[in-house]
Amino acid sequence: MNDHNISLGHAQESVLATNKVLKNTYILLSMTLIFSGVMALVGISTGVGYGASLVSSLVAIGLLWFVLPRTANSTAGIPVLFAITGLLGMGLAPMLNHYMAINPSLISTALGGTGVIFLGLSGYALTTRKDFSFMGGFLMVGLLVVLAAALANIFLQMPVMQLVISAAIVMIMSGLILYQTSAIIHGGETNYIMAAASLFLSILNLFQALLHLLGAFGGDD
Amino acid sequence: MDWMTIGSVVLIAGMMVFIFPRMRHAVKTAPKGSMDDWMGFIIPMIAIVGFIILLINMV
Repeated sequence: MNDHNISLGHAQESVLATNKVLKNTYILLSMTLIFSGVMALVGISTGVGYGASLVSSLVAIGLLWFVLPRTANSTAGIPVLFAITGLLGMGLAPMLNHYMAINPSLISTALGGTGVIFLGLSGYALTTRKDFSFMGGFLMVGLLVVLAAALANIFLQMPVMQLVISAAIVMIMSGLILYQTSAIIHGGETNYIMAAASLFLSILNLFQALLHLLGAFGGDD
Repeated sequence: MDWMTIGSVVLIAGMMVFIFPRMRHAVKTAPKGSMDDWMGFIIPMIAIVGFIILLINMV
């Protein structure tokens, strides 16, 4: 009887801990998304160019790789995450300027589409409580292949290949949202700062790829 | 080659170098998915493809 009570107690503690990580992750994610959006608007209004955008993205990636893992277990991780998301948001400015000049509704459609996909996939992972940890290898291999194709396309400059890459990014980022949400639910990810950073990057990449696809099929490229 | 191209190459190559050990680890340690598990992934992906086609038709 006592053993049964102890195991129930442990199960309850585990569920509470998971819910806390999930709640903190979504709070931090929504705050960073808003901050990133504000920084993108600042970038648009100040006329940030492609060069500054690339530098901003490089600094953000540097912080993500070398600073965030060292600070994620303390509150110092939160300002670092805001710095990363702000820089990445500012890095979007030239791309957003480009699409605003063509058709501003593309941006709102891509933004709405990204929101629907994220909420739909999160809802699916949360309600079914399926374990998507089996997809880890598949998604990482897919990501590496897409990066290799993107690297090759810098030199090849093939528009069709760019579209295929964007379509693949949409699929991989959707898979990563399922994988990361499932990892939070099943206790694979217990750090809400790292969880929010991973989900933020998936959402950002999904938005960029979707915007590119809509731009191409909406008569841009 | 301009410095923007060099910067983009450095960014993508850096990402590949960073992801490669994670990929190897994930491939070695990830559990095998059953047919049912994969269907649970494929069905929402089909829904996303349909949704994107809808969005493309809207713009």
